Amino acid sequence: MLINAKELDYSALNQKIREADGDCNISECLGQRFIGAGMSDKHIEISGIPGNAMGAYLNGAEITVNGNAQDAVGDTMNNGKIVIHGSVGDAVGYAMRGGKIYVKNNAGYRAGIHMKEYKEKKPVMVIGGRTGSFLGEYQAGGLIIILGMNKGQTPTVGNFPCTGMHGGKVFLRGDVNGITLPKQVSVRAATNEDIMEIKPYINEFCRLFGFEQEKIMSEKFTVIFPDSKNPYKQMYVQN
Amino acid sequence: MGISYIYPEFEVVRNTARCIGCRVCEKQCANGVHLFDPELGCMTADDAKCVDCQRCVALCPTRALKIIKNDCTFRENANWQADTIKEIYKQAESGGVLLSSMGNPKPLPVYWDKILINASQVTNPPIDPLREPMETRVFLGKKPSTIERKADGSLKTELAPQLELSMPVMFSAMSYGSISYNAHESLARAAKELGIYYNTGEGGLHEDFYCYGENTVVQIASGRFGVHEEYLSTGAAIEIKMGQGAKPGIGGHLPGTKIVGDVSRTRMIPEGSDAISPAPHHDIYSIEDLRQLVFSLKEATNYKKPIIVKVAAVHNIAAIASGIARSGADIIAIDGFRGGTGAAPTRIRDSVGIPIELALAAVDQRLRDEGIRNNVSLIAGGSIRSASDIVKAIALGADACYIATSALIALGCHLCRTCQTGKCNWGIATQRPELVKRLNPDIGSERLVNLLTAWRHEIMELMGGMGINSIEALRGNRLMLRGINLTEKELEILGISHAGE
Repeated sequence: MLINAKELDYSALNQKIREADGDCNISECLGQRFIGAGMSDKHIEISGIPGNAMGAYLNGAEITVNGNAQDAVGDTMNNGKIVIHGSVGDAVGYAMRGGKIYVKNNAGYRAGIHMKEYKEKKPVMVIGGRTGSFLGEYQAGGLIIILGMNKGQTPTVGNFPCTGMHGGKVFLRGDVNGITLPKQVSVRAATNEDIMEIKPYINEFCRLFGFEQEKIMSEKFTVIFPDSKNPYKQMYVQN
Repeated sequence: MGISYIYPEFEVVRNTARCIGCRVCEKQCANGVHLFDPELGCMTADDAKCVDCQRCVALCPTRALKIIKNDCTFRENANWQADTIKEIYKQAESGGVLLSSMGNPKPLPVYWDKILINASQVTNPPIDPLREPMETRVFLGKKPSTIERKADGSLKTELAPQLELSMPVMFSAMSYGSISYNAHESLARAAKELGIYYNTGEGGLHEDFYCYGENTVVQIASGRFGVHEEYLSTGAAIEIKMGQGAKPGIGGHLPGTKIVGDVSRTRMIPEGSDAISPAPHHDIYSIEDLRQLVFSLKEATNYKKPIIVKVAAVHNIAAIASGIARSGADIIAIDGFRGGTGAAPTRIRDSVGIPIELALAAVDQRLRDEGIRNNVSLIAGGSIRSASDIVKAIALGADACYIATSALIALGCHLCRTCQTGKCNWGIATQRPELVKRLNPDIGSERLVNLLTAWRHEIMELMGGMGINSIEALRGNRLMLRGINLTEKELEILGISHAGE
């Protein structure tokens, strides 16, 4: 179903999406928030720029944005897929519990913070460019993959990544030179096993955005992972 | 390791003439206080491990036991009291942050005890709840501020979503993980039977309890544990936890040792992994950001659920509440500084935040002054101990009250304040199966229903005495209250006159 978002506010737009029988193609999107919140059974394609909290609590639906998206994309997402043919704002994938987010270019601050996993339910986020500061704070699970393409001389991630990280993995393409990490995480060059773990997602990233997988995989990857699942264990005394 | 400077706080007194050596005390104590000595042929006790939870006392078949405060004291010193000295010893030994549980035990003013309730005499007769109908039902949610009519002149009757409570009480948030499965089941079943609500806390909702969804408030906090679409749509309302009275300004931290089995599955994090809820929601730095979270939840649940925003009572609570009332939230829950907790740093629990009585009065007044009181309902929590506390809270401006410590006491909690150890002998604040099974949900839910049924009767009697026959007519009715032993400033903030005025 074609939906022209012009002059629709977010609740009217979301109502139309909810009522639509099948997939939705939204044109002239201009900052409407919460698109697809909690939805489970649709493919939503968006032309224009969706507003904050797109795909919040997403529960299996798929959203494709033909351009940039704003803050809080995929907040507390449970399942499904979000594909951004551009860049995203801050806090993408906050507390994501499942599903996949692919961003062609850059992400803002606080990407992937509080990401979780449980058994086979493992969220994945792939960012093609670089991210701002506070990447993966409090990460408790899942995979965050930052490819750092077209980053120029700037580091792949901004300041203070992985503070409070106690689960999951962050993959950075290239090394971590110039990036200061907290003491409760460890760093290693990606092993074959690590590479096998991310390969399917790199593959899908390339397929979605038309990159060459070989070229991306030709560079080395670095893995950041937590030292301990209990980073604050020693801090307390019973009173 | 050197010697410990801390002498045991309690003394286990065993009447050997009554003790029959049945070893029940030994089996009941998860702290390992009691031990049968085969050489001596009698029971012994390690006082240092005792937390004064009274489990052994209650179960001793011959009443042979009592736990008393140890009278071995430091030299008296009004400035350096025993607790202060012991805390320094503990920190000097460990280098750790002091961690406590349950509410603030310090002798700070309890304003409920300095507020007195009115009764009718002669000119405005009291109402006898035995023969007159009394309405204790309340509806929580946004109320229309004006009467609107449709084109044909008929009234517009669509209301924002409301929570209907048979009486103005709800069980406040306690997560599965901080308390046991059986404690949650007791709360859920009691809430259903009473026609009120219990609250999941930030631990997700166990799959067995989805059937109580109509009586469940689901909570989301900064860690977003156990939050997904089905969770949101199952609850009757959604609570965004911004703060907690026992620990304003900091987050929550459930240690990995408590993330076992079902708790791990319900929170959707691996076993043994810490569950960290940071102090801030990292996507909320302003009222506008809060509004975004509120409306993302409304969109995800198609505007069918009221949204509660819970905050701790802090210094600028009136201004904060005013912001929340403009954020699109339907209900504001304010948690005073005596509110309980499964674990909080001692220094924060005991010295951060303000009493609920002052916070509630200030918020109600501010919202009225700004003409936005009907935008939201107010829930007051943070040590509501009785039916009269509830009546006073409602007269100060609350729509309903949250209770948690009272509910746990009804379930058997003896306020030993060691929830953080996970060794609750009463089966409440523990995940150890052998301890959890001590709390029978059949009995637990019945005790909760008994407590609140009794409180409802007391509320009706107190209201009847005032000549008031519905909670609605009591709400914000501060003329029904008088202060005793309060300063002019305190009376001014509470918005009440002194007794005799």
